[in-house]
Amino acid sequence: METKRITRWVHWQEKFVVVLLFAFASVSVVITLAIAISLGVEAIGFFREVPIWRFLTEKEWTPLFSIKKFGILPLVCGTFLVAGIAMIIAIPIGILMATYLAEHSSERVRRLLKPTIEILAGIPSVLYGYFALLFVTPLLQKFIPNLTGFNALSPGIVLAFMVLPTITSLSEDIIYAVPQSIREASLALGATKLQTTFRAVLPAASSGIVAACLLGFSRAIGETMLVTIAAGQMPNLTINPLEPIQTMTAYIVQVSLGDVPHGSLEYRTIFAVGLALFLMTLAFNLLGLFLRERFVRTFQRLG
Amino acid sequence: METAVDVKVQQEVAIRRRKREIWMERIFLALAWVSILITMSILLAILGKLFADGLTRISWQFITSFPSRRPEEAGIFSAWVGTIYVMFLTALIALPLGIGAAVYLEEFSRRNWFTRLIELNISNLAGIPAIIYGLLGLQVFVRWFKMGESVLAGACTLAIMSLPVIIVASREALRAVPNSIREAALALGATKWQTVRDHILPLAIPGILTGTILALSRAIGEAAPLVTIGALTFIAFLPKSPFDPFTVLPIQAYNWVSRPQPEFHRNAAAALIILLVLLLLMNSAAIYLRNRYQQRWRI
Repeated sequence: METKRITRWVHWQEKFVVVLLFAFASVSVVITLAIAISLGVEAIGFFREVPIWRFLTEKEWTPLFSIKKFGILPLVCGTFLVAGIAMIIAIPIGILMATYLAEHSSERVRRLLKPTIEILAGIPSVLYGYFALLFVTPLLQKFIPNLTGFNALSPGIVLAFMVLPTITSLSEDIIYAVPQSIREASLALGATKLQTTFRAVLPAASSGIVAACLLGFSRAIGETMLVTIAAGQMPNLTINPLEPIQTMTAYIVQVSLGDVPHGSLEYRTIFAVGLALFLMTLAFNLLGLFLRERFVRTFQRLG
Repeated sequence: METAVDVKVQQEVAIRRRKREIWMERIFLALAWVSILITMSILLAILGKLFADGLTRISWQFITSFPSRRPEEAGIFSAWVGTIYVMFLTALIALPLGIGAAVYLEEFSRRNWFTRLIELNISNLAGIPAIIYGLLGLQVFVRWFKMGESVLAGACTLAIMSLPVIIVASREALRAVPNSIREAALALGATKWQTVRDHILPLAIPGILTGTILALSRAIGEAAPLVTIGALTFIAFLPKSPFDPFTVLPIQAYNWVSRPQPEFHRNAAAALIILLVLLLLMNSAAIYLRNRYQQRWRI
């Protein structure tokens, strides 16, 4: 009788725990839904007042002025300008370092360099902003006299080193994961080590490296404090990196810091901008994850 | 005679080709090392600039004073207390959720479309910008749950933001526990939950904590989500309950760096040094845990 009761108790406990843990695991899905709903509700409210075609085609963004214009293009342009500068610097440096670390460096150098690169990922973004505004911008002004105090160039350069750990470590993992048989085949045919790296290993890893760069780019367009501090608060439809601009993220911060009443149109603009940003990063992330998956599937058979 | 000449020509071609290869290799190595040196010098420049500006500003007065309009009287008391407060609440919320989700996915789940969906979803959540979590927190916790711009709302927001990282780290720690332990426990008649509770989790906890501390140190350095939910930049009191308004170190530093006076910039640098010290302490704790409890399995 006693054992039976214990058995039943254990049985119920087991069932309860499984249900509870399942609920915990489902929280991640709930979070995604909550993001979609919370952004969507306010964004729908916004698009009821401002037609979506005006949002997408107007060339000015002045929702906080008396004459309100709601064209997101200047913010998107600013975001892509800063992120683009960052990627021009980060992609070659990141891939070079990843290739070197994965294929050519000694184990000692590797063990020393990897954690050092990871430190860059641990630095708070406000510190990057401080560095861009008070060190890089004054330094650049010595060479480029007409550079304004706020500009896209300086945060773009600093942002490159902020996303560098993402690109480097993801690419390195991918290059490392290229099956040894591919290297051996290339070397056996008489190729040198460098030829093997560039003509056999890197092409094999290319989809994974592109994935790493996409994920890095997605991080770059979502970065907030660095661009808020150093790029300025001026929505500016320009591709000139020497002018002040405003990114989508910096606009959200600007409104959040002010005293905008809940439910007003200004309050809703940050959700519309947030939704646009969310959809962009989502697209880049999914594409990146898809490419990485493809890399893994291609080499599973060989590995 | 002819064949001898042919061989010689071929040899020369081979030598030239080899030389070119050697040069290519040198150029590649030089480029790689230039990249490494640039990265290292940027890292050194960031730290050098920060310490040169801020180190002399740190004093007992700076650590124990509230913010002020006069830069020389201002301090970071409310900011560092707020940071630690938010961090503990975040850990309290995120840790059970993260471990629970990881245990389910690693030990209990069947491979079906829903598990697959959760996994894809988690990798995707990890890539969403911090500021989007801020908008989520503003709408859900501050408005709908009526928490206001409180410590609790901030902690909930940061917990949700660091959850994906904690789940991934916890799953890795659980996966590192060898299967023989599970099989041994199950063979002795333990149920699945008993196996996990009494054998798997105790062995995986150091790894889980290491990952969690690293995730928290990322979250706590991030100002964007807390700015978005409306954490204030000027707080001249300490939060007493989780429902009080608050500020944190990165927000205080942001506030100071965005002012024009250089005296405030020094304050920002000093606050950032304190923040870095805090992050360094957390990372050291994580590394200590990993080295102290890392199991070497012999199977």
